[in-house]
Amino acid sequence: MATPLVVSEVSKSFTMHLRGGLKLPVVANVSFSVAAGECVVLGGPSGIGKSSILKMLYGNYAVDAGQILICHQDRMVDIASADPRQVLEVRRGTLGYVSQFLRTVPRVSTLDVVAEPLVARGASAEAARARAAELLAKLNLPRDLWQLPPSTFSGGEQQRVNIARGFITDHAVLLLDEPTASLDAANRAVVVEMIRTKKAEGVALLGIFHDEEVRELVADRILDVSQFSPRKVAA
Amino acid sequence: MSDQPLLKVRNLSKFYGNRIGCNTVSFDLWPGEVLAIVGESGSGKTTLLNCLSTRLMPTTGSVDYHMRDGQYRELYHMSEAERRFLMRTDWGFVHQNPADGLRMTVSAGANVGERLMAIGDRHYGNIRQTATEWLERVEISTDRIDDQPRAFSGGMRQRLQIARNLVTGPRLVFMDEPTGGLDVSVQARLLDLVRGLVNDLGLSAIVVTHDLAVARLLSHRMMVMKDGHVIEQGLTDRVLDDPREPYTQLLVSSILQV
Repeated sequence: MATPLVVSEVSKSFTMHLRGGLKLPVVANVSFSVAAGECVVLGGPSGIGKSSILKMLYGNYAVDAGQILICHQDRMVDIASADPRQVLEVRRGTLGYVSQFLRTVPRVSTLDVVAEPLVARGASAEAARARAAELLAKLNLPRDLWQLPPSTFSGGEQQRVNIARGFITDHAVLLLDEPTASLDAANRAVVVEMIRTKKAEGVALLGIFHDEEVRELVADRILDVSQFSPRKVAA
Repeated sequence: MSDQPLLKVRNLSKFYGNRIGCNTVSFDLWPGEVLAIVGESGSGKTTLLNCLSTRLMPTTGSVDYHMRDGQYRELYHMSEAERRFLMRTDWGFVHQNPADGLRMTVSAGANVGERLMAIGDRHYGNIRQTATEWLERVEISTDRIDDQPRAFSGGMRQRLQIARNLVTGPRLVFMDEPTGGLDVSVQARLLDLVRGLVNDLGLSAIVVTHDLAVARLLSHRMMVMKDGHVIEQGLTDRVLDDPREPYTQLLVSSILQV
């Protein structure tokens, strides 16, 4: 079986045209891979480029050079060079992402926000809602919130909605950007358990966890992102 | 994943004398894809939309449409009657001002039913039944079916215009600032509605907007226009999160945070 995620010699910088073309290097020569059933955690201080790496992998950031290969339906797709349609196709079928903040859509209920990725893959609305309800119950989100749009929820509640939405599918590659940052101990434990289940199912996970306890519990390996910092070379 | 584009646009240009309307625009639109065209007033986005939808003759370039029979037809090689038929059946056009897309002095039901008659439906009972269903779908109370849109609020008119366009099951819908001029609460409702309909019906759509939040919510892919040129395009998330061109960076950084 092919490795689900291979990152090869990826470099990224921002050019700030509104600041006189200031060039901000972010990362250079990023190379690593994540195996099926493995959870790799990106480590290093704030601002070193951890979230940027996740955003490049998901296609939200363009890359200057290198390849991001995702095994999608038995073939490797290079997210770095794929056209928008391919990126969306890979997201629908293979690549999931739990972002730090939920992007809410006006008027759409929490249950439907969570169910949406399953519906997008062809599940019936009823089946998807039933699965969404299971996950929300597991994450201890009060049942009377399920019919409301999540825009007015607290940070921790929104994060749990986001986690449920990211975990509802059986995507083979899952990116996690601090999924436990604003959760209490009980809900952190639920998320740790959900991550372990994903690992057992053979999902390749790549995450950022500032919480050391959670990191210890889920990480198979910690990848120090400072080694990819272009500033280190300059210094 | 369907492997043939619905629309193939090549080197499309429109000049008004010496002035550029839009200049050598090329792209493919795929089935089920929503493309947003953004840019400020005068950037050429409406000119481009009109050239794509046969409302305005381009100066040069071609637009090929994948017909239901599987053949590609160049829009500007069709007869006027064929183009008009396509526009009435397989396409929809949602105007910024609903009065431009509705007939204001006939009933809401007739506004929806008219497009059904254009595709050959003649049974009054069926037409009224379908019109009723569509009014419900766009959240207009069915007891308003005999009222003229003149008596409707702006948000209701816009929803009626959407029902009128979608009733024939079009494959491609053009929208020109569909939420312009509406209150934010009405806007949110309309956006949610459009988003739901596009997903359910598997439509392709080309949406012109100057509102980047609308583009983020509705579109898969985005084209940024300035002075008649497409200066940047790509996945909507990518263009908004990592804008590359100076003008796109200016646009994105000018969004007001609430």
